[in-house]
Amino acid sequence: MMVTHKKFITETIQFITVFMMLAALYAIFFYAPVEKTMGIVQKIFYIHVPSAFLAFFAFLITFVTSIIYLYKKDYKWDVIAACSAEIGVVFCTIVLITGPIWAKPVWNVWWTWDPRLTTTLILWFTYIAYFMLRGAVRENQRANLSAVFGIIGFVNVPITFLAIRLWRTIHPVVITTKGLNMVPPMKHTLILTFIAFLFLFLTLLLCRTRLENIRIDTEKMRALAEDRFDQE
Amino acid sequence: MDFVQKLWAIVWKDLTSELRSKEMILSMCLFSFLVLIIFSFAFEMGFGDSKKIIPGILWVSFIFSGLMGVGRSFGLERDRGTIQGLFLCPMSPWGIYLGKMIGTFVFTMIMVIFTVSISTILFNLNVLPFLVPLGLIIFLGTLGFSTVGTIFSAISATTRTRDVMLSILFFPVSVPMIIASVKATGTVLDGKPIQAIFSWLNILAAFDLVFLLLAYLTFGFIIEE
Repeated sequence: MMVTHKKFITETIQFITVFMMLAALYAIFFYAPVEKTMGIVQKIFYIHVPSAFLAFFAFLITFVTSIIYLYKKDYKWDVIAACSAEIGVVFCTIVLITGPIWAKPVWNVWWTWDPRLTTTLILWFTYIAYFMLRGAVRENQRANLSAVFGIIGFVNVPITFLAIRLWRTIHPVVITTKGLNMVPPMKHTLILTFIAFLFLFLTLLLCRTRLENIRIDTEKMRALAEDRFDQE
Repeated sequence: MDFVQKLWAIVWKDLTSELRSKEMILSMCLFSFLVLIIFSFAFEMGFGDSKKIIPGILWVSFIFSGLMGVGRSFGLERDRGTIQGLFLCPMSPWGIYLGKMIGTFVFTMIMVIFTVSISTILFNLNVLPFLVPLGLIIFLGTLGFSTVGTIFSAISATTRTRDVMLSILFFPVSVPMIIASVKATGTVLDGKPIQAIFSWLNILAAFDLVFLLLAYLTFGFIIEE
């Protein structure tokens, strides 16, 4: 009963995700107008900004579930933390790739050491380190150590941002807040892509945690089978 | 009082074992000396506008040679098999952490003072007029370095690729500390008054406090097996 119930929810969310993503794509290319000064390249904005938001959201989930894991010591939370961090790294990578593609024609450089860019890069390195750590430690300590690092890495983000902002105050601010002065179709498109990406995140997280749980179960079964085999 | 005594016992143990072998301090000092030499070749120090890069060179050599020492902090305990004894000390994980952190801080501080004295000769740098602000930056920076370094030393000591792991974990997290220290040192060496570096010192102090607090909250989980 429980399983079919869960399956129903997963499938519903997957269905909504497909629908929302298609709607978002339509909105990006047909509904939203082409920006006057930047031209067609500005469309990347609808992928770039929601991805950045999603990466940050995913790392927040890792942070929260890491705390819950240390408090409750239930491996379920460790699995969610790791899977969420994985999705976060994927979206962080998308941000770091779409960013320069957008920046080259608009600012005429691939990269600037702006606080937001630099913080994103550091964030990316932090969670790459998170996975290196997961791969390198022994099984019995993996959950504890990666939870501690998941917390440390996230707490460090605001300090890094402050330090980098102070570091670069002499330089002109390259990114201005465009969020407020957009024409309504652009705003609608952005909101739609935000929601679509949020559903995409949910789908990915559900599938990824399910896969991880299956992997853990298989490993357990294999260990059991090997024990059996050794006895005979 | 009891806590301070136990803490001192751990610090004293590290200091004594280091005084007997002297291998960590010596290798750290030698390494940072070499880093300074390599940099002075790489950047043609002493010609033109080389004053600007001195803060960067100093902190890179502090961090590189400091990491060598901090990795040994828990690495040696594992190698010698004394780590179980350390964790079985009748005191809180926080106390064990603090003891190891103070030990690391002392060793790193010795290396930093050595490096600064060497660089006054090599780079013709007169630090005497800036002793107070520079000392403050170095104190807060080294404290932050030892605070974060000791946490990651304990984490990476459990892995196979110990030193590589330590660097990969340490560098992304230490970014605010490195930026603040380098910029503050640069401002001070430019001859600006101490007020000019207050915002940097704030960031350094915040960094130190946040990581001390995190160590207090999480160190128990790190040493749990």
